[in-house]
Amino acid sequence: MTSVSLRDIAKSYGATPVLKGVSLEVAAGEFLTLVGPSGCGKSTLLRTIAGLETSDRGSVAIGDRVVDGQRPKARDVAMVFQSYALYPHMTVEGNLALPLRMRRLSAWQRLPVIGRALPGAVEVTELIAHDVREVARSLAIDGLLARKPSQLSGGQRQRVAVGRALVRRPKVFLMDEPLSNLDAKLRIEMRSELKELHRRLGITFIYVTHDQCEAMTLSDRVAVMMAGELVQVASPQDLYADPQDVRVATFIGSPGINLIGATVDANGTVRVAGTVFGLATGLAPGSVELGIRPEALHRVERAGVRTLSGRVHLVEHLGSDLLVHVTTDGAARPVVARMTPAQGRDLKRGDAVHVAVDAANVLMFDADGRRLRPPATPALLPQAHG
Amino acid sequence: MLAGLGLAGPALLLLLALFLLPTLSIFVIAATDWQFGAQTLAFVGLDNFSALFADPTFRRALINTLGFVAVVVPATVGLGLLVALLIESDRSLRGFYRAVHFLPFMATLAAMAVVWEALLHPTLGLVNQVLAAFGAPTANWLRDERTALPVLAVIAIWQNLGFAMVIFLAALKAVPQELYDAAAVDGADAGYDRLQTVTLPLIAPATVFVVIAVAIRAFETFDPVLILTHGGPANASELLLHLLYVESFDYMRTGYGAAVTVVFLLIIMALTLAQARVMDHRRREP
Repeated sequence: MTSVSLRDIAKSYGATPVLKGVSLEVAAGEFLTLVGPSGCGKSTLLRTIAGLETSDRGSVAIGDRVVDGQRPKARDVAMVFQSYALYPHMTVEGNLALPLRMRRLSAWQRLPVIGRALPGAVEVTELIAHDVREVARSLAIDGLLARKPSQLSGGQRQRVAVGRALVRRPKVFLMDEPLSNLDAKLRIEMRSELKELHRRLGITFIYVTHDQCEAMTLSDRVAVMMAGELVQVASPQDLYADPQDVRVATFIGSPGINLIGATVDANGTVRVAGTVFGLATGLAPGSVELGIRPEALHRVERAGVRTLSGRVHLVEHLGSDLLVHVTTDGAARPVVARMTPAQGRDLKRGDAVHVAVDAANVLMFDADGRRLRPPATPALLPQAHG
Repeated sequence: MLAGLGLAGPALLLLLALFLLPTLSIFVIAATDWQFGAQTLAFVGLDNFSALFADPTFRRALINTLGFVAVVVPATVGLGLLVALLIESDRSLRGFYRAVHFLPFMATLAAMAVVWEALLHPTLGLVNQVLAAFGAPTANWLRDERTALPVLAVIAIWQNLGFAMVIFLAALKAVPQELYDAAAVDGADAGYDRLQTVTLPLIAPATVFVVIAVAIRAFETFDPVLILTHGGPANASELLLHLLYVESFDYMRTGYGAAVTVVFLLIIMALTLAQARVMDHRRREP
């Protein structure tokens, strides 16, 4: 069980900063996901942990050992790459054995023909073959050992890539978008397999993805990165219900959170499109942004407190529920409300509709996108950590 | 059927006129005693070939050519790969180095041979002057039985290096970075380990191509022999293609020359077939 600790990691490519001083503690045995839009620096951060990139500033510690300047092979980390990066000319067995051969055999012992004649080589080679078979069995790829990567399906290649990372029992397991090349069905299957693998091995996993759904389902904690900075590190539940930043709120959740421009008047009351919204804040006058999750909106018969009124723009049937897009005066884009089929049964395009929200379910953000926590708006959860 | 033939017709006709018929005529002429310009000819069967293999000049040329290829191919491929790896490893001045190494391949060898002749001149040549300045023994490079063929080999390596390098550079670029990364994490992060785990296996198809192409070019070496040594002294630097030329066009022994051509064609064809087989095998099972 090994923790990973990043302190103030910064890196730029030329004049473009990619990482702007990232600090992060990953607990031993934790499954932590780095998530963010492409180009946010999450892969660079992972590669810095692996030792494939050197940071301009800052320090990486794996366990209690600072590993700055150490080569990847000295860090005792394993990595699964997006393209799997299997050696195309080697069989599955060769791929799985390579990390062990590089570690357990000397350069002389690895030589073809002559190597086997050297003392100890045969014994070690047999041990390696044994370990390879064991890992292959645990991933159900023991029937594929003689095949080349080109003869495998995407899912099988993925397993081999995981196996190659597992075979030498690393302290930390790094994964760079390992599921993004799989089709949707297989991705969901492999997702639960990875989760199960983490539970079984109990080692530290650091996982990079741009898919918020993967991040939410797999992780103990999720670190959201935007433009080279960590915006929020929290459990999936907290990230969804209690985002610190409007960027986190919009990135997490599908369909996305509704953002509605509003103002705080002299009394500290929120007005949407000039009308009193029914939300006392105690904030100084100014403009704010209201964030409301689609499922926090429910249909009401007539306009009242904290209601948004408008016309139905689009009704999406998802089976278990409906997504109703409502064009309102206040919002630039239609407001999306998630309703039960019973609630929205009779709705069709052009109908007038009113949706209301509880005060506790309204998130408020300031002009810079930072979360506002006015005393009159109690947070959804008692106390958010992270 | 007719439409197919019609469509393939022009290409077929060209192939026939430009390749198959000339090749066939070589085989026919090789079985005659025809001399260029002669009014009569007689079929002599395989006499030309038995004469050929009894001829010490031809045997010398064949052995010279095989030895020449055996030196030029590994040296060119090895050095070409080395230069490509060096250029690829450091981005600065990459374009400059690439151009410098590729120039000899682009330049007309006839012109370049004159430069080599000047460099290798026994008294005025730069090579001997530099050697003399360091007190090293000098030689009459192109007129000495021991040095004439090695000098031609050096020139061939110098000329083909750029070609090998360019192909290797392209192949190296196509190796995915993630494989190098995976190898680094797995423990094969530098030098020989990395070369053996990732680089060499992934550029293997390019290597096969370079080996065969350089081998064919080495077999076809002609202009430096004609310009610099004429195959001498005492046939020490005689190569197949030059012998073919001399027999056919200097001595006008066209039938005999055709027999040399047949031997030459068979070697080139064998090489081409070998290349096709290896490439095809790789495509089927990468």
